[in-house]
Amino acid sequence: MSPILVLDDVSVRLPAGGDRSHAMANVSLSLAANEILCVVGESGSGKSMTANAIMRLLPGGVAIDGGRILFEGRDLCRLGEAQMREVRGAGIAMIFQEPMTALNPLRTIGDQIGEMFELHTDLPAAEIAARTLALLEEVRIPDPALAFRAYPHELSGGQRQRAMIAMALALDPKVLIADEPTTALDVTTQAQILKLIRDLQRRKGTAVLFITHDFGVVAEIADRVAVMREGRVVEAGATAAVLGEPRHAYTRQLIAAVPPLEAPPPRQLSGEPILALAHVSKTYRTGGFLGRGKRVTHAVRDVSLVLPRGATLGIVGESGSGKSTLARCLVRLIDPESGEIRLNGVDLAGLSREEMRAATRRIQMVFQDPFASLNPRRKAGEAVAQGLVVHGMARPQALARARELFGLVGLDPAATERYPHEFSGGQRQRIGLARALALEPEVLVADEPVSALDVSVQAQVLKLLAELRERLGLSIVFITHDLRVAAQVCDLVAVMQRGEVVEAGPIGAVFGAPQHPYTRELLASIPGREIGAGRRFAEEPTA
Amino acid sequence: MRVLTLAGRRLAASIPTLILILVGVFLLLQLAPGDTVDALMAQMGGGDAATARQLREFYGLDLSVWAQLGNYLWRLVRLDLGFSAIYGKPVATVIAERLPATILLMTASLSFAFFFGLLLGVVAARGVNKWPDTLISTLGLMFYAMPTFWFGLMAIVVFSIYLQWLPAGGFEDITVSYTGLRRTLDIALHLILPTLTLGLFYMAIYLRIMRGSMLEVLNLDFVRTARSKGMDETRVVVRHVLRNALLPMVTLIGLQAGTMLGGSVVVESVFSLPGLGRLAYESVIQRDLNTLLGIIFVSALLVIAVNFIVDLLYARLDPRITAGS
Repeated sequence: MSPILVLDDVSVRLPAGGDRSHAMANVSLSLAANEILCVVGESGSGKSMTANAIMRLLPGGVAIDGGRILFEGRDLCRLGEAQMREVRGAGIAMIFQEPMTALNPLRTIGDQIGEMFELHTDLPAAEIAARTLALLEEVRIPDPALAFRAYPHELSGGQRQRAMIAMALALDPKVLIADEPTTALDVTTQAQILKLIRDLQRRKGTAVLFITHDFGVVAEIADRVAVMREGRVVEAGATAAVLGEPRHAYTRQLIAAVPPLEAPPPRQLSGEPILALAHVSKTYRTGGFLGRGKRVTHAVRDVSLVLPRGATLGIVGESGSGKSTLARCLVRLIDPESGEIRLNGVDLAGLSREEMRAATRRIQMVFQDPFASLNPRRKAGEAVAQGLVVHGMARPQALARARELFGLVGLDPAATERYPHEFSGGQRQRIGLARALALEPEVLVADEPVSALDVSVQAQVLKLLAELRERLGLSIVFITHDLRVAAQVCDLVAVMQRGEVVEAGPIGAVFGAPQHPYTRELLASIPGREIGAGRRFAEEPTA
Repeated sequence: MRVLTLAGRRLAASIPTLILILVGVFLLLQLAPGDTVDALMAQMGGGDAATARQLREFYGLDLSVWAQLGNYLWRLVRLDLGFSAIYGKPVATVIAERLPATILLMTASLSFAFFFGLLLGVVAARGVNKWPDTLISTLGLMFYAMPTFWFGLMAIVVFSIYLQWLPAGGFEDITVSYTGLRRTLDIALHLILPTLTLGLFYMAIYLRIMRGSMLEVLNLDFVRTARSKGMDETRVVVRHVLRNALLPMVTLIGLQAGTMLGGSVVVESVFSLPGLGRLAYESVIQRDLNTLLGIIFVSALLVIAVNFIVDLLYARLDPRITAGS
């Protein structure tokens, strides 16, 4: 079959002064009708830039400076702006990563989908409304008539992404570009959206350029794969070939960094509990002015768990399951309203503010977003030393200790003098770890510590965490939505849904033979389950 | 329904604000030396202590501060603003005579500032860092930095004295008594310079806000979505960016309604307009407590009304605002 979209030796130039001169360098790709081509790579690999270059929607200062982009035989690089607008939406449509921000918050879903018809056809308003409604039915949004009149904030993430897909497919485009369309979604929703894209693509014969960082998604959906690194395609081919026998070292390294879903053999756990939760509950109440519009959310409901000394307890669940609220309750950033949290026998929930501040020495937290959780105006070393100073250490000693801690987490001790923006994401998460370890806690509560990181960086941070656990005798509560990660680092796991723990136990048992239907659904939703099967994690070949 | 609930709640919340303002101002004014009677006696060319005592008794000024405050609030409940000893008329009448000029000036300036601020902000954002942006931003900075009274005086010098295009002051031509359309036109002609003087300052603020929020919204994801649909830039701006970018500006208008009322004191003085601002100034000089409190009451009502409208507008513009949150 002849390709419908061809990128022939395309280069995209970045503004001068960046860390590299080209966002894309001599990229050649081709996409045929009725085929899904996955472009995969880590952040900064130029995969999103590829999508923007095809649509000719490049940010200011960035320009295509070589090659041809052939769509149905026409070179998009040479089209005038008006002709290009006719291609956008009608010929090549696009869906984006974050369905919340990709829709205009002030206009209804129906209005925004209908706009596609208004722009490219002369249909009367009634016909547009009817077609929009039909599209919403086609993407199987629950209650299409209601969704038609809804504003984006009134829909869930999955529904918004369905609306986005409806919008992109409105005019039966020849090519659909999907830029990380499921990255912001929960795993069960992701599975549904992937299936929807696959079904629609099969039925309409659309060519799909699917951009992702997730090899699981690739295995699930792609016909062919192109692996990108630093603006270049390093390897391309049929999915089975690339995933099964990767030829390029970088591809091998990336695939090896994907944690397999099977847990490693269980470790011997100590019988002595260090942290024990009994019947912890937290309820949020909103509204309630004169008793109207009151909403009660049971964020955490009657959770009882035990963390043995030296073990890692994973808490997994989707967004809204209450796992982060529980983590914050553990360190009393949020006060639980009932239940006990016993750390070495002392009930943290019953401590006064003053006593809790002293107790924070023994239980520390690592946060998800390494970008947002460090103060940008403070040097990295100060961020680490701050806790020590608060707990009464003199400043020079605290800074000296910060340098030691930097060494411990694998950073250059001299880097304490630098500001957070001078570090990469993985390095920042190391700073976050150093900060948490500064007070020599016995328990570390890690809330999604690797979710914002690329797979290869994620693998390094997980390895560091495992090393530190051994060396410092830490006990860890590890909150994650990623079951693959949980399988690799946790000894025990608790699955949360709507504030409740539905299943808990040793990780091998829970993942190997799930008892609760929700656990089974979660495990079944993980894309590309076969990836990494039968392989031991974090023993990647060096590039 | 959603908007109505919001409206009702906002109105209920403004009543305590109003009472706090009035009590606060009443007590503050007690700290100023002298009272109405002193001012009256000075006007009459002096008098003996007995007359002063009689007058104080007559106006209820011999009571304790708290009793006076109680009396005043009780009168307010009955919608009675009291009697102005200086003007010899009920305060409500005095204010009613002066209110139209101020409301007209404020509405005109606000509309002018809003409309041109929006327009210039959009133009500047569309051509960011190119010559239209540079020109507009420089002009904006100039208007922002220039003191209002000085701008007013210069406008009079240029347009009234030198060019003789526009009248130098007053609300209307009192030498001829026009009626109907001719009178409207005459008033409009008199208001051009005051409106520009007061409005240009706010226009400068609005255009900067508008430019900033346009640039911010232009970088949001849904604008990229709109472009990827094949929409041209003008349509993207009109249909997706404008309404989102308007939100911060609308908030600002509510916040600045009070400031604008304050600014009108200066402008009314420069252009000798018979408005509330000048009345307030005169009442302070003459220790006319009743009139001053009346003005503050009416001004507070005006600001509350503007904020109320702004809240409704905001709820209309942004569906995410609900009565619940």
